[in-house]
Amino acid sequence: MNEPLPYPAAPVRHGSNSGQPMTRRDGRLKVTGAATYAADTHPEGLLHAALAVSSIARGRVSFLDVEAAKAHPGVVEVITPQNRPALAHDPDSKTLPFSFRMDALQNDRVRYAGQPIAVVVAETLEAATEGARLLAPRYEAEAARIGFGNGLPEPAPMVGVGAPGRAETGDLEAGFAAASQIVETGYETPAQYHNAMEPHAIVAAWDGDHLSIDMPNQAIAMSQASFAAFFGIPVQNVSLRSPFLGGGFGSKAILAGPQVLCILAARMLGRPVKLVLTRAQMYGPVGHRGATRQTLRLGTDAQGRLTALEHHAVSETSTFDDFIEPAANASLNLYASPAILARHDAMRMDTGTPGPMRAPGEASGSAALECAMDEAAQAAGLDPLTFRLINYAETDPISGKPYSAKELRACYMRGAESFGWAGRPLAPRQMRDENGLLTGWGMGSALFPAPMFQAEARAVLRADGSALVETSGADMGQGAWTALAQLAADGLGLDIDQVEFRSGSTDQPDGGIAGGSGHTATAGGALHAAGRDVVARLTELATADPESPLFGAGNSGVTARDGRLVRNDDESRSEAYADILARAGLEALEGTGRGARDPANAEARAMFSHGAVFAEVKVDPELGQIRVSRMVGAFAAGRIVNPRLARSQLYGGMIWGLSFALHEEAVHDLRSGRVMNADLAGYHVPVNADTPAMEALLIDEDDRFVNDLGIKGVGEIGITGSVGAIANAIWHATGVRVRRFPIRIEDVLGL
Amino acid sequence: MNLFDYVRPASVAEAVAAATEPGAAYLAAGTNLLDLMKLGAARPQRLVDITRLPGLDTIEALEDGGYRVGAMVRNADLARHPGFAAAFPAVAEALLSGASAQLRNMATVGGNLMQQTRCAYFHDTAAACNRRAPGTGCDAAGGENRTHAVLGWSPSCIATHPSDFCVALAALDAMVEIEGPFGRRKLALEEFHLLPGTTPERTTVLAPGEMVTALLLPPAAAGFRANARYLKLRERTSFAFALVSAAAALQLSGGRITAARIAMGGVAAKPWRARAAEEVLEGEAPERAAFERAAEAALSEAAPSGDNAFKIALAKRVVTRALSMAAAGTPARMPALPGSAFATDNGSSADE
Repeated sequence: MNEPLPYPAAPVRHGSNSGQPMTRRDGRLKVTGAATYAADTHPEGLLHAALAVSSIARGRVSFLDVEAAKAHPGVVEVITPQNRPALAHDPDSKTLPFSFRMDALQNDRVRYAGQPIAVVVAETLEAATEGARLLAPRYEAEAARIGFGNGLPEPAPMVGVGAPGRAETGDLEAGFAAASQIVETGYETPAQYHNAMEPHAIVAAWDGDHLSIDMPNQAIAMSQASFAAFFGIPVQNVSLRSPFLGGGFGSKAILAGPQVLCILAARMLGRPVKLVLTRAQMYGPVGHRGATRQTLRLGTDAQGRLTALEHHAVSETSTFDDFIEPAANASLNLYASPAILARHDAMRMDTGTPGPMRAPGEASGSAALECAMDEAAQAAGLDPLTFRLINYAETDPISGKPYSAKELRACYMRGAESFGWAGRPLAPRQMRDENGLLTGWGMGSALFPAPMFQAEARAVLRADGSALVETSGADMGQGAWTALAQLAADGLGLDIDQVEFRSGSTDQPDGGIAGGSGHTATAGGALHAAGRDVVARLTELATADPESPLFGAGNSGVTARDGRLVRNDDESRSEAYADILARAGLEALEGTGRGARDPANAEARAMFSHGAVFAEVKVDPELGQIRVSRMVGAFAAGRIVNPRLARSQLYGGMIWGLSFALHEEAVHDLRSGRVMNADLAGYHVPVNADTPAMEALLIDEDDRFVNDLGIKGVGEIGITGSVGAIANAIWHATGVRVRRFPIRIEDVLGL
Repeated sequence: MNLFDYVRPASVAEAVAAATEPGAAYLAAGTNLLDLMKLGAARPQRLVDITRLPGLDTIEALEDGGYRVGAMVRNADLARHPGFAAAFPAVAEALLSGASAQLRNMATVGGNLMQQTRCAYFHDTAAACNRRAPGTGCDAAGGENRTHAVLGWSPSCIATHPSDFCVALAALDAMVEIEGPFGRRKLALEEFHLLPGTTPERTTVLAPGEMVTALLLPPAAAGFRANARYLKLRERTSFAFALVSAAAALQLSGGRITAARIAMGGVAAKPWRARAAEEVLEGEAPERAAFERAAEAALSEAAPSGDNAFKIALAKRVVTRALSMAAAGTPARMPALPGSAFATDNGSSADE
């Protein structure tokens, strides 16, 4: 449907490829509006779909005025459970990879407010919208179970994506028995919603049994296979394009009911159909960060060393599926303690199923852990940084394994130095600024795993010496188009201007999942390897060819540089790629690569990115208004491919942390179960005026085990540490320890 | 689609005639009305577009020292009008503390007066709301009501009026000029908005077809120019409605307060003029103790309408601070964060 996007304009850069702070290759396309998002797709004959969603949280739909909706001018079809065509895959099953039970009109049951209960398809969006309104649903409602007081508690044997719900090491009771001081505390975090600027949108078109989809997607190949299963067609019959995402944050990695319904409508009606969720409809079927109630118990000895650390999280999930925010696992890998127990329980509520949202588990868990650490430091009479250094983990506390690399100590030192941490008074409410505002300093440690998934890539060296590289990666605004192209260029030994990068389509090799902060390492690794594969083939051609200056380079080998192969033993002897291809009579030379972790390393090492975040807040002593005035984060995340984009990701994470600490909360009416602030006027994220002076320091880290390129992720770690740092700074400013997020005016005033 | 008539009258008289029909609504910038229509919370059968009416977008300095401001003047234009902003700095500060720059560039003076409550239950068409659907009840009572009214509410409605601008206007005795089927009338802005009582669906005194054509700032209001501030409390620094706000204006002479004007926002279904508090201050020295007494008087009739008792204590602090800021003098330049507790030039914080 879409014309191929123009090859992006050359970015600004200085020097060679990776490691350079290049600007985004997609930047000009985006600021000029040339970049097309899914909802910009307008195929001929397009119909528009609108969802009708439930206003009750539990019960069944007893009546829909389908006739009224159908009678509305422009309405083409109304799809309800009564006439919904069959799917080849049960939306209530979980057999597809990384899938959640979804609502695709399989019956009249309602299990959360905002659940799709009908789809109205019309010639215009306006007609579809009014048709959906005219359905005027009636319900047999049952009492909504929303909020921790009303939920159904249940054990949580599994949390997150397949992690055990309980992990422990050492003898916890012995640890507490040995403690000279025990701090027991608790923190609450609210339900939060991803709120990507770009709403979930899909345009589906069928040609016979071939399906074409435009949608923002963080896991293209996996979605391709899942959609094929839903519609009973071969995987290769599904073509999915997702060149750009206007933010994903995890919510666009998982298929949801509305997407399946749009594809179904297109097949039913034999015309392309577009469905774009409204902002309010994003508060239901497309996931969120589940609320938590966490309790922590920290035992310390007379020297301030942890003797035992217990972290218990009760995490909200839906009544019909499980995503248990693995919050307590934040305590497993960060601080040394001879005994650690992390455990989880679920609290089922009449809500849409939560899902992974930027730093799932880590964000909520770190918020509670870093505050609890501050409480323990305070009880021990220790500076918060000193306390963390005393409890520095030299090996992974839960597994005992060595870290693949850990430069957290350098993060602490560089961050503290840049922030000016030294001289911070231990007691709270000691500092005022020139305007009399209470001033506080707080800190938190940042930690995020460095996972890798599986990805494949292709590189094609062309006769003119330039290259085309491809993988089905996802540019969500994080800069994948740029960082991945930098790595591809490195692998090829080409200047990046000689590399055309294509991504975001099922036409390309599987780029894996853009999630878990693993995309650059995984897809970038595959692209780099594909480039190396091309170079290896080229080397074979050249060194075996008596006509080549590289003939017989043999054991000493050659190096690929600036589009030439250069003999290692004699730099004066080299040959351009184009010349090698020409002499071999080749129009092109293709290489492939895979990105995945060496299983032996994965088994032997604990792999994490680390960081330290320092925050300064100002609090009006009388009015309770809080303003974060400075944030400094120092992060060690392996090799940094593009410092400009990495800092941008880290800033984004730190601002998200500020948002978590002070703003974000989905407010439910406990009677109806509806989210009462399901729009950006009511669901607050920080505005520019809330965003402080920020610094993100990149700490050198040489990680030889994480992968061949030494790359970790920076997408999520910025949130961790930041929430706690701000909450701790508020305590330091006011002397008031607020144990629920977001922290509000009345909380710090004790009103 | 949802069909409605759209009328673009050529004169005020035509507009009034068109809007006198039942189900008609005036459309100015639409920054509130169109949102409500998309939500289904407002379903007018006829929109009377007054954006192109001639003569409604002027700011006139009157010979007596007052100002007449046309209803279609954009918020940003009024706030940045040098003469107006100098004469009524608290009004300018209130305007600039509201919404976002983009909205202020669109939103009009008349529309600001006419805007609806931001109560989530008013927006949620599945909820009971006497203001939106008379007789259905009030789901805000017993629901999420942290931000709701503590003054002037009734069992039928506990919503607040969201305007910042109107708070400063109420403090300064602004008048509203109205054209309607029965001619022109003027009344005090303080009388313009209605408390809910048993008819919360009636939010203003406007009769069908009546239209706000102008605001009048009396010359006496400019007499407070040296000591007038607006303070708006909220968690987010910008683009958020007030949890509590206050406009405070003083006239000082010989170390005494000779006149005081105080109004509060975010506390009631209308901008809340605190005359009892003003009386407390007259003749007093501009000092904290007097400000605190005034704040007590301002909230003497307050009662929580739900989970919002803290707003009463908070409102007292906001009034006290706003008075202290006003006593410290109007800043020579508009603060970078208008209306914010974090603006510079806010005087000293109180508990030092």
